Amino acid sequence: MSDITAMPAREPWLQRINWVDIGPFIALGILVIVGVLINPDFLSPTNIANVVTRSAFIAIIAVGATFVISSGGLDLSVGAMTAFVTGIMIMFMNAMVPSLGGNAIIAGMALALCVGALCGLFNGLIVTVGKIEPFIVTLGTMGIFRALITFMSDGGNIPLDRSLREPFRPVYYGSFAGIPIPILVSIAVASVGAFILYKTKFGRRCAAVGANEEVARFSGISVGRIRTLAFVIQGICVAIAAICYVPRLGAATPTTGQLWELQVITAVVIGGTALRGGKGRIWGTVAGAVILEMIANLMVLSNFISEYLVAAVQGIIIIIAMLVQRFSKQP
Amino acid sequence: MNAAEVMIEAASHLETLPLMQLSGLGKAYGAVTVLSGVDLDIRSGEVHAIIGENGAGKSTLMRLISGHVKPSAGTIRLSGELVEFQNPAAAENAGIALVHQEILLADGLTVVENLFLGRELTRNGVIDDRAMERIAVQRLADLGCTASPRALIRSLPIAQRQLVQIARALLEDHRLVIFDEPTAVLTTTEVDTLLGIVRGLRDQGAAVLYISHRLNEVEALADRITVLRDGKMIGTYDAANVTQEDMARLMVGRELSMLYPPKRGVSTAAPVLEIEHLSVPGFVEDASLVARPGEVLGLGGMIGAGRTELFEGLLGLRPAKVGEVRVSGKAVRIRSVADGVDVGIGYLTEDRKGKGLLLRERLAPNLVLTALSRLYRKPYIEQSLEQRELDRAVDEYDIRVRSKRLEAGQLSGGNQQKLLLAKIMMLDPKVVIIDEPTRGIDIGNKSQIYSFIDALIRAGKACIVISSELQELVGLCDRILVMRAGSIVAEFAGNDITEEAVVLAATSGGPNAAAGGKH
Repeated sequence: MSDITAMPAREPWLQRINWVDIGPFIALGILVIVGVLINPDFLSPTNIANVVTRSAFIAIIAVGATFVISSGGLDLSVGAMTAFVTGIMIMFMNAMVPSLGGNAIIAGMALALCVGALCGLFNGLIVTVGKIEPFIVTLGTMGIFRALITFMSDGGNIPLDRSLREPFRPVYYGSFAGIPIPILVSIAVASVGAFILYKTKFGRRCAAVGANEEVARFSGISVGRIRTLAFVIQGICVAIAAICYVPRLGAATPTTGQLWELQVITAVVIGGTALRGGKGRIWGTVAGAVILEMIANLMVLSNFISEYLVAAVQGIIIIIAMLVQRFSKQP
Repeated sequence: MNAAEVMIEAASHLETLPLMQLSGLGKAYGAVTVLSGVDLDIRSGEVHAIIGENGAGKSTLMRLISGHVKPSAGTIRLSGELVEFQNPAAAENAGIALVHQEILLADGLTVVENLFLGRELTRNGVIDDRAMERIAVQRLADLGCTASPRALIRSLPIAQRQLVQIARALLEDHRLVIFDEPTAVLTTTEVDTLLGIVRGLRDQGAAVLYISHRLNEVEALADRITVLRDGKMIGTYDAANVTQEDMARLMVGRELSMLYPPKRGVSTAAPVLEIEHLSVPGFVEDASLVARPGEVLGLGGMIGAGRTELFEGLLGLRPAKVGEVRVSGKAVRIRSVADGVDVGIGYLTEDRKGKGLLLRERLAPNLVLTALSRLYRKPYIEQSLEQRELDRAVDEYDIRVRSKRLEAGQLSGGNQQKLLLAKIMMLDPKVVIIDEPTRGIDIGNKSQIYSFIDALIRAGKACIVISSELQELVGLCDRILVMRAGSIVAEFAGNDITEEAVVLAATSGGPNAAAGGKH
């Protein structure tokens, strides 16, 4: 009897694992084919570079979200946090221009990373020390960050100093070896993220905490510390995205990063990471972010559906992704 | 025989017809039979006790009768008529109520809301809170329950919750009331009140099935006693003719097999683990013990006696007050499992699926999860090293796997347990605490686990085994501490270790009860 339970048929098991792992990439492939059928210009290097570049912000933040979600948490504050970090960074750079000149950009980036990490630490500590649901905590901090950027900008916007626009511009618009910088940054962030999640003790523990908190506790893992660190990683990713974002718009406004948290969570879920925690899939997350942007792009290029319905289509995608996860888990 | 006589006989037959007749009743899950061949009459106006060790099949029997589980063999007759309950509601409609062993109440609702959940009283289609509260106050008072009807269940101590659960079962009149270990969490006064209630039910003509580990309660209450053992019915006895010693013997009564390695004898080595005055609020009261290398120390007692909680408290998994803990004579402070690992204490949980293994994770990550920091000095991991460790563990602990890329949840129970043991042994602990070492695993794997335990003792480690299986405790351990209601009440060593003695100490206080708890 026990032998039977120990040895399920080989085929269904292999099929199941592969499906969840490569699902997002299959979906991406299908989208590309559909795109070419709709509009041959879709596959032009300019358009593809454009789509992927625009997905970079969401992809970078979503890599951090993969850590939070796979450790069993959730962060709704990432959009507002992006705006807040962007605001602080611009104000600091502007203030430093007289003394540092162009180096103000470097100093501002460093500060942004620190502020992002601190925001993440703040979220993480309230969740783990305060023992409050991450959903509630980050709903609260989302309001706080959003209000702070509105207050700092006095309801208007915080523009970047004119003298910094030109030197900062390449961070978004520049390219290296023909590849736009934001794409290179996302690839770098995802690679580091994948290394941490798959190849380090921390990553292993992160997945264990998310998969089963009790097992983690009984295995001598400090659940609170791991969860907090995941939020810190999320904060750093938000800061990196903010750094890439500033040269594109040149200002922080109260609507910066609005509803990004939904896109980020959608990207993670489409990518195959279970919302209830456990194994995270970094490259799936990146694919998820690209899928979202590609759908928006296709709807603009095609005349079938109004582009005003982009959010609706993305909503349908997340529901389909969840259904795929649900049914592929059935033994 | 004339017509009148036939009628008289029919009438008298009707009079003595039992309320419920079970014949050949049994239950199997797949190839595993958990209960078979139960023939039982339950009469109105009697308290019928069902006794047996953990795993004897008592709870299964209750579930069969109350419609929670469908029998795979045999029949149930109610007042002479064949019945097949499709679900618990059907049984309840037929007048059968079950008071569960576990508390099954909605935490966030009030006492009244729980009492009437699913059968709320209404007036003109609107919930009639006042009427429900009036009835609730009455019923709770009958049970000696002091909880306010408007209190949230969450805010009540466990004993009060149990009383609310009993009140819920008794809200309507039933022909047959089944109590499954109702007193496990109750204090003496509450138990006395409950026993009064049970007698009251009997005097009103209801049949009561009463399952308990506490033999003194059974002796005080029961009219007849049925003994189950290893999923089989041993017999039904008139309570007047059996003593508590008889009951213990009937529950245990089997031969010690050759399942166990030869015993090592009581160790006189210097203690490796000493626990002094450990209390876990609500579970364990002032427990002290020592474990020595070279011996298997057993911890016996009924479920809920506080054995698991003692060690979870020791390892900071529950809030606990500790006098002092010494490892190899040195005082240590343990606030987490990680601290325990550092000082050389390995703990194998009883709940291998819920707390021991990541079921959807592969074997190697599971094996090294606790030992990550020991295995890798650097922050990053090497798959090849883990695979080597897995190969070694698979070999050493005879974990039978078709592929080493399986997930832990795909292993059989016995192999999961071996993997868990290997996981703990990766830490090279001085003391290994194993909670329910062989729960739910087959006999072959059991015997292997016992030999692994023997091997680690012979390698100079100390081992503490918590077990609800008496036979295992007696067959495996060199020294046994028995817990009852949160305290260590007795200690047995060498030839004093018998199943009867342990049962007696665990249920009603054995001969050593007064002397116990010193060590």
